[in-house]
Amino acid sequence: MSNELNLSEGLQKTVKNLTETFPDKIIEVYQSSGDTFVRIEADSLIEICNHLKSELHFIYLSDVFGIDRYTSDERFEVVYNLLNLRDRVRLFLKVRCDEENPEVDSATPVWKAASWNEREVYDMFGIQFRNHPDHRRIFMPEDFEYYPLRKEFPLLGIPGSIELPSTTPETD
Amino acid sequence: MKLTDIQSKVHSTFFKEHQKKLYQSLEDKHTTIEELDDGDPLTTKMVLNMGPQHPATHGVLRLVLQLDGETIEKTKIDIGYLHRGVEKIAENKTYQEFMPYTDRMDYLSPYSNNVALCTAVEKIANVEVPERAHYIRMIGCELSRISSHLLWLGTMVMDAGAISFFIWTFKEREKIYDIMDRIGGHRFTISHARIGGVANDLTDEAMGSIKEFVEMFPKELKDYHKLLDRNRIFFDRNEAVGVLKTEDALQIGATGPMLRGSGFALDVRKFSPYARYNEVEFEVPTRLEGDNLARYYVRMEEMSESIRIIKQCIDKLPKGPVRTDNAKQAYPSKDEVYYSMEGMIHDFMMTDTGICPPEGAECYHAVESPKGELGYYIQSDGTGHPWRLKINAPSFTNLQVLEDILDGEMVADTVVIIGGVDPVLGEADK
Repeated sequence: MSNELNLSEGLQKTVKNLTETFPDKIIEVYQSSGDTFVRIEADSLIEICNHLKSELHFIYLSDVFGIDRYTSDERFEVVYNLLNLRDRVRLFLKVRCDEENPEVDSATPVWKAASWNEREVYDMFGIQFRNHPDHRRIFMPEDFEYYPLRKEFPLLGIPGSIELPSTTPETD
Repeated sequence: MKLTDIQSKVHSTFFKEHQKKLYQSLEDKHTTIEELDDGDPLTTKMVLNMGPQHPATHGVLRLVLQLDGETIEKTKIDIGYLHRGVEKIAENKTYQEFMPYTDRMDYLSPYSNNVALCTAVEKIANVEVPERAHYIRMIGCELSRISSHLLWLGTMVMDAGAISFFIWTFKEREKIYDIMDRIGGHRFTISHARIGGVANDLTDEAMGSIKEFVEMFPKELKDYHKLLDRNRIFFDRNEAVGVLKTEDALQIGATGPMLRGSGFALDVRKFSPYARYNEVEFEVPTRLEGDNLARYYVRMEEMSESIRIIKQCIDKLPKGPVRTDNAKQAYPSKDEVYYSMEGMIHDFMMTDTGICPPEGAECYHAVESPKGELGYYIQSDGTGHPWRLKINAPSFTNLQVLEDILDGEMVADTVVIIGGVDPVLGEADK
């Protein structure tokens, strides 16, 4: 598979190492617009993250975000944006999870930087992160019941879903 | 300090569940700290809410601090007071329509935000940008970097106690606003970049004022250095305050001047050069100390590097078009729109559907904004609207660092440390 890809030297090493170390866990490696994405099995996420960090020098996590693949199987996708600062390589790691009870292992024990980003994914898509040290919403208040970046959430919001201060001041 | 104590005193009227969980999370942080002796009246611990309306928090940042006397034991940050859901809005707009929203993300450096969106869309849709447009964008980005750093400098020094300095830096920012006015017709939210280039060429007037600014600004910068570099009060307020070590900075994902002030020279302009940054010479200022003073030096040096880049851009500025001449990819020039039927149709089509990247394509492109790595991830479904657009905002990343470095500092230093982190809540809250 990696023969068709146009990879830089650093990426080639990374992809080769990954496919050799975890032959059954890597689902696909593909490129789009020059970026390299590796999709893996959700159950071995932490194992692969640890390997990437300790063996392949991906010590810096830039971002974590979710994608709603509305109407597809395994509806939600979580993407990890990783940097290898030694070889100047950027790699995207993807895991998918089901619509019913979406749950992914938290990468916060591996990269502390993931904490707030995972809270954002939880806030926007409702994906639960197992073993997250501070599992709360980040932008919306806890009293809010919906997940706004899911495709079925209307652009205008749901009236009455959030308690707002009265606009007319109380006059006694 | 028990949760029940706080709850009985606070009487929150709104988002009760939210407040409860926030205080719970504060209580749970570093749970290894020994239990308090409730009976002893001398253990004067208190929970202090700072913000979201505090003037020194640079926007609507809310900090919940647990204090032991004057020392901060633990901190929790509550953000989201400026959450507008721009990522949701982006999914319902064409790429070009979304650009004014990016102006309002990091409203201190709108130009970098415009360029970040444009470069990402150009990458996913394979748009070729003319040489001249690249250089104009670089000039705009570096000017906005100076403008953003000047605001940081003014407010940070004001937080440290020197009020009049704020007026000095705003005098210079005013000049940059005037330049922006001459470049694109707007002082603040400029929206000058376009997908496939920029909106219009630099006029002679704009060019003249940029050249004048580039000549005059280093002298002002020298004055700032003269005032602050040997200033005892400024030093005492900033030295060894808010220290972030290199390993911690990498682990928690600090970005921009925060990371460079902690000793790691990561700059997207060098890491993966975009525009024409590989053709100009500049240094990446880096300090090892990791305290607030180091961040001060990093940002001050970045301003002189920006001046250096602008000078080189002015020298190298090639002649030619400023926007790609492909009606499927970019807006036609106004001359065409006014004087030809095709031009008008193309303009209408661009406004109606806009640029359509290939179906299923996805890309991530980052630029070095004044605050750090600003990246746009775009996933396309083949229509004119993005299926998913994710903004990797540097202020959001750096605020997470703030939650860590505040622990163990003095309350009086919080405002200085927030000033040193330099968050913009419009960007952090999305």
